[in-house]
Amino acid sequence: MGILEIKGVNKRFGGLKALDDVNLSIAENTTHAIIGPNGAGKSTLLNVLVGKLIPDSGSVTFDGQSILGRQPHEINQMGISRVFQTPEIFGDLSVFENVMIPCFAKRDGAFRMHAYESIFAEKAIQQQAEEILADVNMLEKRHMIASSLSRGDKRRLEMAMCLVQNPRLLLLDEPTAGMARADTQNTIALLKEIREKRSITMAIIEHDMNVVFSLAERITVLAQGTPLVEDTPDNIKGHPKVREAYLGEAQV
Amino acid sequence: MDQIIVQVLNGLDKGSAYALIALGLTLIFGTLGVVNFAHGALFMLGSFCAVTFSRLLSFSHEVIDETRTDFLGNPLKVQVPYIQDWLGPDLAASIIQWSVPLSILFAIPVMITIGLIIERGLIKHFYKRPHADQILVTFGLAIVLQEIIKYFFGANPIQTPAPPAFNGSLDFGIWLGFDPVTIMYPYWRMIYFFFSVVIIAGVFAFLQFTTFGMVVRAGMADRETVGLLGIDIDKRFTFMFGLAAAVAGIAGVMYAPIVAPNYHMGMDFLVLSFVVVVVGGMGSLPGAVAAGFLLGILESFASMPMIVQSFPGINQIIIYLVAIIILLTRPRGLMGRKGVMEE
Amino acid sequence: MFGLESKDGKLLLLVAALALLAPVILNPFPEGSAMSQFNAGYPDLMQRFVIFGILAIGFNILFGLTGYLSFGHAAFLGVGSYAAIWSMKLVTMNIIPSIIFAVIVAGVFSLVVGYISLRRSGIYFSILTLAFAQMSYSLAYSVLTPITGGETGLQIKSTDTPLLDKALEAGEIGRANLFGYGMGSSYQLELAGWQFTFNLGYYVAAVVMLISFYFAIRIFRSPFGMMLRAVKSNQQRMNYAGLSPKPYTLAAFVISGMYAGLAGGLLVAMDTQVGPERMFWTASGEIVIMVILGGAGTLLGPVLGAGFIKYFENIISKINESILQGWFAFLPDGLQDFMVAVVYPFIGKGWHLTLGIMFMLVVIFLPGGLIQGGQKIGSWLRRKKNVVAKDSTTKPAE
Repeated sequence: MGILEIKGVNKRFGGLKALDDVNLSIAENTTHAIIGPNGAGKSTLLNVLVGKLIPDSGSVTFDGQSILGRQPHEINQMGISRVFQTPEIFGDLSVFENVMIPCFAKRDGAFRMHAYESIFAEKAIQQQAEEILADVNMLEKRHMIASSLSRGDKRRLEMAMCLVQNPRLLLLDEPTAGMARADTQNTIALLKEIREKRSITMAIIEHDMNVVFSLAERITVLAQGTPLVEDTPDNIKGHPKVREAYLGEAQV
Repeated sequence: MDQIIVQVLNGLDKGSAYALIALGLTLIFGTLGVVNFAHGALFMLGSFCAVTFSRLLSFSHEVIDETRTDFLGNPLKVQVPYIQDWLGPDLAASIIQWSVPLSILFAIPVMITIGLIIERGLIKHFYKRPHADQILVTFGLAIVLQEIIKYFFGANPIQTPAPPAFNGSLDFGIWLGFDPVTIMYPYWRMIYFFFSVVIIAGVFAFLQFTTFGMVVRAGMADRETVGLLGIDIDKRFTFMFGLAAAVAGIAGVMYAPIVAPNYHMGMDFLVLSFVVVVVGGMGSLPGAVAAGFLLGILESFASMPMIVQSFPGINQIIIYLVAIIILLTRPRGLMGRKGVMEE
Repeated sequence: MFGLESKDGKLLLLVAALALLAPVILNPFPEGSAMSQFNAGYPDLMQRFVIFGILAIGFNILFGLTGYLSFGHAAFLGVGSYAAIWSMKLVTMNIIPSIIFAVIVAGVFSLVVGYISLRRSGIYFSILTLAFAQMSYSLAYSVLTPITGGETGLQIKSTDTPLLDKALEAGEIGRANLFGYGMGSSYQLELAGWQFTFNLGYYVAAVVMLISFYFAIRIFRSPFGMMLRAVKSNQQRMNYAGLSPKPYTLAAFVISGMYAGLAGGLLVAMDTQVGPERMFWTASGEIVIMVILGGAGTLLGPVLGAGFIKYFENIISKINESILQGWFAFLPDGLQDFMVAVVYPFIGKGWHLTLGIMFMLVVIFLPGGLIQGGQKIGSWLRRKKNVVAKDSTTKPAE
């Protein structure tokens, strides 16, 4: 029984079947990659997992509880965090504030009227934020305005914002999309480090095979809205069906 | 029945003005992506084009008329407009009487010029800034424009009559078989309605049937792609701003006989026109026109004595009430497109 | 101090000192001198400074932090005023209950308006608030005449018999008071040509303003305030960080509505009358201008903007052509007329023009308002000084 169980999920957009009877189980404390050619339904699946889309049928449970019909912030409060393709951060706020906000969310819930307390008095939260910034090597940039960071740093910041909540499941949507080679290597290293340091479940949606094979412990191949195979990276590499659906396409 | 027709007719001219301003607002928003709070001021400037033009026409010099005397027995001094010297008394008199419709010819180049100056000088720099900034800067512009007009023309409304040929009303009821005088409709209001229908049709035809219009419509749908095709979309959009200013301007010119122009008339119309645009659906031209007429007519229905008696004050708030209900039930307005103004 | 960081504490102290000494600071010119028309230290105007300051501080909590541009805030000011005057008519002429009542009523009203308007964002939100405010204005003007007095508004009349107050003599009109001390009572200080008026009403309003300012600082520096800035910055990330933006925005809206109600109640406490024009949309526009001009999102900016506009409205607008002629009298005749002709459109009755131009310039060049302008000049001066200092220190080494 995995921490995330997707059973018989269907989603149609007009005549297009974006998800066709998807069954998927992500085991706790693994890194699970979901790959597939363009239009395979990866993004749709991700949007279902974070509450942005509601499937037509099927069930999605996280730790035994259904997440369907819940708002994105409720799903986050259950312990699922998401990293976006282009980093979503609070551009007008400082790096430090960016990290403090998810801390408050974790401690106080979706809304709390803490209008009279001072931020400066929140020592515990400040300490958490400092620790995570140190973890991603950004402590010296804590006073910078987030929008002025480099793209790589924005990505690290977004990761820090997710990790500081100690999520049980981290969803990564093409974390290296549009990155230069060096940045991609850095991101892989960062994710590996995170994986080693913390007991965390990661689900990665990715195009870059290099990234997938260096990180994933299990891989699901999605094609035309349906899971084709699920196996370990080594087995996936040689799988004829996968070659046909995906790698073949990529290598030609 | 006759009551209903009267109300529909009464709503038409106000609805026409709303529709014309809303059309211009939508053109600007749809093409340039700018929320123009100065659009009411452009309408007001149009009205003052009519005032200016009639003043220019009656620009006079003093002539001593030997044949007549004033009450002291001295020869009478009379003001003779220059155009009378040039064109003769009869033609001059009728030109002066017809100054309002004639000032359209004056208003179009003036308003296009003003529009181009505003776009090149100010709006251009706000394409990339947030909508709130656009609202604020055009709001400031509206204040400046109306204060300039106030400085030159004073704070009081200036009566600007329609040509005498259009004084009086049409007994509309007789045509439809009602008793005489049950449905009276002033000629000028009727003309205003037909005039605005022509303008609206003209704008639509222009967008629909010319290559220029096609490019602009394509640009409204997807600015970047059209830009990639190598078409200088910015230049066309600049022109669209001029066009929208001209539409607002001539709407103002023709409205001058209905409401005497004053410096704050633009703001009064603006608030309602924005409500109209939002009800019609931000970025939808047919929506703006439909909502303009709809709200104009609705407003005049709500001011029927019968309805005001059962819902006191409803005539004052009906437009806002409808706007609130529509915005909450149909977030994109009557005919709005997806993804417009949804930050 | 009071749980504030030292920088904020100093700011609060500065504002407090300015507010308490305002009757002196704003009257720098001796009575009867040519410049005395620029004196702003009379009670009526000083009261406006601080009351509109409160209004602007409140509006800034909404617009400055969350970025939601309300074009209908005057409605809350008006509702607060109506509530306050009814409390005076029915209960007591003491201003404390009426101000509290004004805040509560405005709070409830803004909760309703905010709950509905905040279902939309961007321009739709602006239009919705505008529509609500215009509706309130129209209703106050027409249908609600029994409650609002319609066009003439509401005043305290000799026929009013507040429940808790002592009976007045026939024909005597009750006065707004604080436990018996009338808001109009003043102490005049004559000092070698200068004249200073210390007015009770002003000091009451100033103290309320200082308390409002203190709470605004607390909100700015609180986790709640940080969340409001997050609303402005990225609502999507907020959602995915487990936060619900809507209640935060609504809370900010209600708080700023209550600030507006407080200002409305104080206006009635100082001058016991109210009319519907207080709710007209141009009044809402004026609030927007105040905050942006001073500096949206800054602490001091809105107060500064409010003072600036009220000074223009009451002092600069009074300068007429003959005063101008006097100023330029030292010039040769032709030049004098020319200068008057150039300057006149921008002052006196034309002050709106100057205001409009300034407002546009601020929106275009100084998104942080006059405060940012001041900071820029300050840092430029400092840099210049540093350069000079560096020059002088490096030279001997050569």
